[in-house]
Amino acid sequence: MKSSINVFPLRAILVGCLWCVLLCGNFVSRLYAQETPVDSLKLVNLSEVVIISTGKQLDYQKQHKPLSTLDEFLESSRSINMVKRGAYAWEPTMNDMASERLAVTIDGMQIFGACTDKMDPITSYVDVSNLSEAQIGSGQQGAVFGNTIGGGINLKLDKSNFKPTGWNGSVESAYETNNAMRVFGGELNYSDEKFYLNTDGIYRKADNYYAGRDREVKFSQFEKYNFSVNSGYKLTEDKSISATLIYDEANDVGYPALTMDVSLARAVIGSVSFNQDTLFGNLSNWESKMYYNTIKHVMDDTKRPDVPIHMDMPGWSETAGFYSQANFNRQKNHFFFKLDGFYNKSYAEMTMYPTNSSEPLMFMLTWPDVRTKDVGFYAEDHIAFGKASLKLSTRLAYHSNSVADDFGLNSLKIFYPEMERTNTRFLKSFSAQYHKMLNDFHFNGGLSYGERAPSVSEGYGFYLFNSFDNHDYIGDPDLKTESSADANISVTYKKPIFEITAAANYFHVFNYIIGVVDNSLSTMTIGADGVKFYTNLDYAQLFNASLSGRYNISNAFKLTGTVSYHRGVDNDGENLPLISPVSYRSAVDFYKNQYSASLSIAGSGEQINYNPAYGETKTAAYAILSASFGKRFFIKENSLFVKAGIENILDTYYSSYTDWNNIPRMGRNIYATISYSIN
Amino acid sequence: MKKLKYIFAILILSITFGSCSDDNDEVIVESNPVEGLNKIYEFSEADHTVEIYSEKTALEVGYNEISIRIKDMASNKYVTNAEASWMPMMHMETMEHSAPHSMLTNSEESSVYKGYIVFQMPGNDTEYWDFTLNYNLNGQAMTETHQISVTQPIDGLKKVQVFMGSDDNRYILAYVNPKAPQVAINDFQAVLYKMENMMTFPVVENFKVTVDPRMPGMGNHSSPNNQDLTYDAATKMYNGKLSLTMTGYWKINLKLQNESNEVLKGEDVTEANPESSLYFELEF
Repeated sequence: MKSSINVFPLRAILVGCLWCVLLCGNFVSRLYAQETPVDSLKLVNLSEVVIISTGKQLDYQKQHKPLSTLDEFLESSRSINMVKRGAYAWEPTMNDMASERLAVTIDGMQIFGACTDKMDPITSYVDVSNLSEAQIGSGQQGAVFGNTIGGGINLKLDKSNFKPTGWNGSVESAYETNNAMRVFGGELNYSDEKFYLNTDGIYRKADNYYAGRDREVKFSQFEKYNFSVNSGYKLTEDKSISATLIYDEANDVGYPALTMDVSLARAVIGSVSFNQDTLFGNLSNWESKMYYNTIKHVMDDTKRPDVPIHMDMPGWSETAGFYSQANFNRQKNHFFFKLDGFYNKSYAEMTMYPTNSSEPLMFMLTWPDVRTKDVGFYAEDHIAFGKASLKLSTRLAYHSNSVADDFGLNSLKIFYPEMERTNTRFLKSFSAQYHKMLNDFHFNGGLSYGERAPSVSEGYGFYLFNSFDNHDYIGDPDLKTESSADANISVTYKKPIFEITAAANYFHVFNYIIGVVDNSLSTMTIGADGVKFYTNLDYAQLFNASLSGRYNISNAFKLTGTVSYHRGVDNDGENLPLISPVSYRSAVDFYKNQYSASLSIAGSGEQINYNPAYGETKTAAYAILSASFGKRFFIKENSLFVKAGIENILDTYYSSYTDWNNIPRMGRNIYATISYSIN
Repeated sequence: MKKLKYIFAILILSITFGSCSDDNDEVIVESNPVEGLNKIYEFSEADHTVEIYSEKTALEVGYNEISIRIKDMASNKYVTNAEASWMPMMHMETMEHSAPHSMLTNSEESSVYKGYIVFQMPGNDTEYWDFTLNYNLNGQAMTETHQISVTQPIDGLKKVQVFMGSDDNRYILAYVNPKAPQVAINDFQAVLYKMENMMTFPVVENFKVTVDPRMPGMGNHSSPNNQDLTYDAATKMYNGKLSLTMTGYWKINLKLQNESNEVLKGEDVTEANPESSLYFELEF
């Protein structure tokens, strides 16, 4: 059964296609080589970019906490909240929508977690050492990365990109007192105008963390390492090839909010690309990429005391895909085209060991080897008129799911005797975004429509236990396509020393997919409260509003702050789960003469709108205080950077609405980071 | 990759061997009417032999499909006009009784006489089963009685129930299908007989048996879309649907109801009552 997962002819196809791309590229460029390349302007029109490590030395200082986990970086974003099931592998949510409603990619590559219980969001398979930034697009602004409702996040890999920097390297280490987390990392890069090679590695190990007032959170340990290699070679002045390989492995990961831990979460992510400055004379920045990734995820309950029944739950996910994109500029129109596609296999099984060992093992397929094919075309036009601009974009995609395993198909037919093996959809997305500058004011407004297919769990999950609402979930292969009409507006008043933004968005989601209890069904998981089917609600409404500002008190001091409001209700006016209460954060940053310091506060109000039917309880208001200090020293040409900080200074015992089963968050934590870079 | 290597090796071998073989050896494919069955007895007489076949390796308590072939030694051919009939008998210390059984028929395959017997109990040192076979051989009526051994199923699972109903009749309910259960909606089949006296077991028609499969090892987890067993006059059996959501040990809780829906045996499964007194057991 497992060997079928390993034999994957697409690997061969991938190599074949690469050759095609290279050959075509050569041919095309020869035809058009005499024409001068169009000066390309790649417009980034995303709602937010979280800098993770571009030009590392410089930005480390501006970051409150270098070498923190990627999850912490993402959490620092205005638009992202992280759902936590422990200290590791947090799940990003945006506009109060999680994985299934977001398009999350790594350097444009589609990757899908292999865990049926969402214990491995794909953000857990990369580390800050690999990344330069996280590009965030809210709503259909994220459609460039894939079909989405809530938005898109692309984690951009850090590459030297033929900058003539020669050899450089760095070693870095960090320690955190609360969970004794040790981090060791290093990188070695070479780059010239013809060739570059980036290598990096990072290792993290953490013990259980302690919530406020010294309460140990058992099973919150983790250990992970990550290596990556990135290389590029210039074939000619306007043509280059590049390749990426990432290996990420986590072991002994505790999930205190769940009933199981993880003994192995492993990803191998690889890609090759071909880049050319021009194509057919008119197109510029032509980039084509082929990629492949494979993930294995093994849940483990052998270390837990008193499990009612021991079970093994391994899962596999393999994805192969491509994209090819280019810009096209014509007078005021700046076009961007992207053709992309992927093929994914998701397979997960569960074996339970009966207490009476003479009985046979209990086996079921929780993901019945679902094959997803998706081919999409994305186009946008950014039209500039004087002090205003309009961005129009669309994504059209063909999407199909097919159940490859007969055992799994027959299992699902218990619930859906008439179900078809294959389900095909056509997914559409349209958006118009307008921007106008009026003196010191910026107005932004947009309308859009998007669709998404159900996730593998929503369509084909078989008795997936959700510990949040304590129900078993069963997918529905005949779910309708979820679609969303959304509107967003923002107004910014911007002066050199002062800036304030008010923003709001509204999503009207049709056929909103969520679990609905079916009382006629008997639970599978011992101790579960019931069984839910993934069902389309007629609609749901989500509203988010925020007010954020920045004030430069002096050259050295900067004050920032954000307060946000969120609301989500279904068609009966009932609250949707995992919707943020009023939340706020504010910070004072100091930066002068290689010294940096910050003092920040983050908190949220009481969760008034919660829904016990989805396992929610009211979370109380909280506020936590953190501070950091940093200094950069120069030793000849090299630099030594030291940063230390203290989080949750008052050792508050708290949990937020995103904390799975209200597991408490980390108490007081003192961290120190040291990084030495050699130029 | 290993698998691929083997496949290649086999391919190459088969091509090599295939090309060496004679061109004119056309194989006449003869379908074997007892393919896949186990020959569990062969009784040799002067001029003929009687072969007894079963899907199982031995006769067991419960429902047994049995195929019989009679070979005429003179012509070396299997007899197709034997008009065979049978009668199983249990010889207990103080009494004897028969068992529910079907007629023997050779309508599917003219040389194979098929039928089934539901053995209610196993034989032991002092009590034994035999069956009497009546058939014609070359125009001559023959009657042979052979002692047979009937054992409890090796897996020890309950597949037949002999019980007194609340109407004071004695019934025999035996599991027939699925023989190889799957994680799916299985076609469920059983036979129901009434014990009129020691020798007579008429088929009970038009009753109903409700179906509630449970996994005692999983907190009595149940499955949806089961269908009660109802009588099918064509097969003289009870047909229904049995959903099994995973492999493992299942207890199929049953309730027997007569034509006016009065419960003759069995109880509903509830929190307080985890199992019915009428049930089958399954493992796969």
